[in-house]
Amino acid sequence: MSAIAVSVPAPRSGSRQFLGFNIVTGIVLGIGGWFLGYFIGDHIHGAGLVYYSTEAGQNDVAILLGYLLGVVGFLVGLGFANYPLKRMLGAPPSLAERETEAHGLLRYFSLSTDHKVVAKQYMVGIGLFFFVGGLNAMLIRTELLQPNVHVFGANQYLTLVGLHGSMMMGIMTSGIMGPFANWLVPLMIGSRRMAFPRIESLTFWLLMAGSVILLTTIFFGGFQTGWTGYQPLGDQGTAGYDAYIGFFALVGLSMTLFGFNILVTIITMRAPGMTWSRLPIFVWASLGTATLMVLAAPMLIAALLMGAMDRTAQTAFYIAGAGGSPYLFENLFWVFGHPEVYVLALPGMGIVLELMVVFARKPLWGYRLAVAGMLGVAFLSFFVWQHHLFQSGIDADLRPFYMLSTELISLPTGFIFLCAMGTLWRGRIRFTVPMLFCLAWIFNFLWGGISGVFLSDVPSDVTTHGSFFVMAHFHYTIMGGLVFAFFAGIYYWVPKMYGYKFNERLAKIHFWVMFIAFNSTFAPLFALGFMGMPRRVVTYPANFQTLNDWVSVSAYVLGLSMLVFLANVVWSLLLKREPAEVNPWHSKSIEWQLPTPVPVQDFDRIPVFDADPYPYGVEPAPAGAPTVAPAAASI
Amino acid sequence: MDKTPHFRNVVLLWLLAMAIMLPIVIWVLGPGLPPGNATVQSHGQVVDNIVLLATSTPVALAVLVYFGYALWAFRERNPEVVLDGPAIRGNTSVQFWWLVTTTVMVLFLAAFGTIRLLADGAGGGQGPNPISIPPHATGDPPLQVQVIAQQWEFTYRYPSYGGVETRQLDLPANTLVEFHVTSLDVIHSFWAYQLGVKADANPGEDNVAYVNTLRPLSFVVRCAELCGLWHGYMFNSGRVLPKAQFVSWITQQRQQYAPATKNLPPYSKTYFPQPLRRGG
Repeated sequence: MSAIAVSVPAPRSGSRQFLGFNIVTGIVLGIGGWFLGYFIGDHIHGAGLVYYSTEAGQNDVAILLGYLLGVVGFLVGLGFANYPLKRMLGAPPSLAERETEAHGLLRYFSLSTDHKVVAKQYMVGIGLFFFVGGLNAMLIRTELLQPNVHVFGANQYLTLVGLHGSMMMGIMTSGIMGPFANWLVPLMIGSRRMAFPRIESLTFWLLMAGSVILLTTIFFGGFQTGWTGYQPLGDQGTAGYDAYIGFFALVGLSMTLFGFNILVTIITMRAPGMTWSRLPIFVWASLGTATLMVLAAPMLIAALLMGAMDRTAQTAFYIAGAGGSPYLFENLFWVFGHPEVYVLALPGMGIVLELMVVFARKPLWGYRLAVAGMLGVAFLSFFVWQHHLFQSGIDADLRPFYMLSTELISLPTGFIFLCAMGTLWRGRIRFTVPMLFCLAWIFNFLWGGISGVFLSDVPSDVTTHGSFFVMAHFHYTIMGGLVFAFFAGIYYWVPKMYGYKFNERLAKIHFWVMFIAFNSTFAPLFALGFMGMPRRVVTYPANFQTLNDWVSVSAYVLGLSMLVFLANVVWSLLLKREPAEVNPWHSKSIEWQLPTPVPVQDFDRIPVFDADPYPYGVEPAPAGAPTVAPAAASI
Repeated sequence: MDKTPHFRNVVLLWLLAMAIMLPIVIWVLGPGLPPGNATVQSHGQVVDNIVLLATSTPVALAVLVYFGYALWAFRERNPEVVLDGPAIRGNTSVQFWWLVTTTVMVLFLAAFGTIRLLADGAGGGQGPNPISIPPHATGDPPLQVQVIAQQWEFTYRYPSYGGVETRQLDLPANTLVEFHVTSLDVIHSFWAYQLGVKADANPGEDNVAYVNTLRPLSFVVRCAELCGLWHGYMFNSGRVLPKAQFVSWITQQRQQYAPATKNLPPYSKTYFPQPLRRGG
């Protein structure tokens, strides 16, 4: 493996760099591709298809082809075609690419085969769209300040709901995996790179292309389906729904590739001595997540492809009156959709256990149980999807089975809780900011789990299905789980990734405001759901206004806490730039034994592991710490 | 290592918390749980919710009490010095009993939910071939009511009253009602909150749900599945009326809508509309 080392040729001079393959050429070719696709689509759009495009200037064939060729152009412009072409022309395999010539900031705007650069790209790119999605939530809550329509029309409101949902469910699937799995998995298993570094970069740029496509929906009338995109409602939709299809298809593609990359990396690239029983728990979480991504995401792509065919090629996969069935979409979507929510939850579990070890200063309690928990969650999540369809008129006999399987998934989730509890037992708990976020994860996920019990029970689900109760439930598990773990990871690893310290006072303010406002925002939604408020409505009965106003104001405070975080990023990482210590948390994980910032090659030589990853509480000094030579200062 | 009996303390605190909280959730919160006692099915859901709440309360309290205790008792008292805790890597008997306890709870919940569901259908949509038909209280056949959803309103057809289609859902009290829910365009969901009924309306599909009405009341019908632009406005109201009053209401509706009923398609479990596209 290490035979293919990264060599860094002398950088080209300043302005010359911009002529090469980077985001500028990507955008230029992307726009070119869009117009080419639109032109072709406009020509093949025959008279027989006029029936489908009642809106002037909205030709689904042209728009979908435009997206397709636009993405292809964007990727070619970024340089993704270079290496395959070179290899076809007989060049030897290599990791050295045009991108390694770029230096400074430009590295982050091009194809990079350095897993640490891709991780940082993910961090900023996902952060950006996370803020856009959060802004959408603020706008939704603004509309819900009053029971009647007062800020947005029904179409704008539903588009905001759809944008918020798609943005958060689509992009945040890589919320933890993108920045942290890309950065950590190779380091933790002692590899200098991912198995497929170019695919690693591809997953990121696909996600970015998809996100931009999603935002273009506002030029085409938005979409009224929410993030679930149910058919045949989607089939009715304006061309804005094409943006939804393009976005989620790219997200699905990105997830599938990402999953394969992580799986192959963990299976084949482990350093000597890194046996399965020595994998850090975050790597196990990544493995489980990657499995889910690989198996679930293709379902989504298939479902969307059929939807696109219905809209452009006169098929009728989802049209009940013409021989299709809306159930097909519902099932395909949730076969993807339920594993997908565990794609969001599992990495958070990994981060929480990983960090609790460090801040309780004890080995992970019940390592095998934690692994069983993660793999168990991953396995079971493929057998629960019809609990989204309990009242939909599926075969009545199926419901007890899905009730059982859904409730069974609380067993492996319980393992994770038990391991966290055991790890704290008689520990020496240090209340650092990352630890606070982990503890908040426990608290929030607990309520997410308890409310899940009500939703999994069919009789109880009759009332709670499709109500604000469901919405509160999955915000507790995803926002309360994923996003809190995301911030735990940021406060914990960013000092290593970027080399600068966070301002701790601002971080603590961020935590407390976010934690309190989060609960104040979402706990009342349980009550609203119980009282009978359906999801995704632009109007509601007047007697729900007090609670809704409370929620909206809390949501603004929650948004404000994100601004505190942003201020901390600007102040600590951009302005003050106080260098972080090499190992501020006194962690014994391998990534903290490396110099800050971590050199391009990660390790001077491949480490050899000879003990489990959590040598805490062992006296004298751990014999199991990986043998890492101090890396040379310059490479 | 300190000799404080931490485990005993946690258990005692947990028992104390349960002694306080369980009566509160069962007798104070419980009766207020949704969706109320207007029908047999909605009352059944309230009972279910109470049982679920009473089962999950000990779990939630165990986690909360444990973390509260652990964070206080095991906090680092001198953060200046970095010291490791004891290297405890697990405890087989704790893991075993945790697994046994949670498994028993989960199997209990699943069995309980299944029994409750199969007893009377719990008001949920059961698809075209229902398996949980509530016992007929009076021996009469159930009153069939078809719920037709379309963008963006619900209408109701009474096949046993000449197939009249009304804009309001009125039902007789103390009757078993058999809803046949279908849609003419996209997926909707028929949700009569107070009745404890929810069933998705699918185009070309018959979704059956049962409810035993009890006393007279008025209720609200809402769409619970995003169905396009005016989803938020897709609601109307209904009443459960004393039987005599219901009969006079439906007779009056039949007369009022007689001209329209003649032009309706014959009553059918499903209707196959033209596949409308781009309506929204």
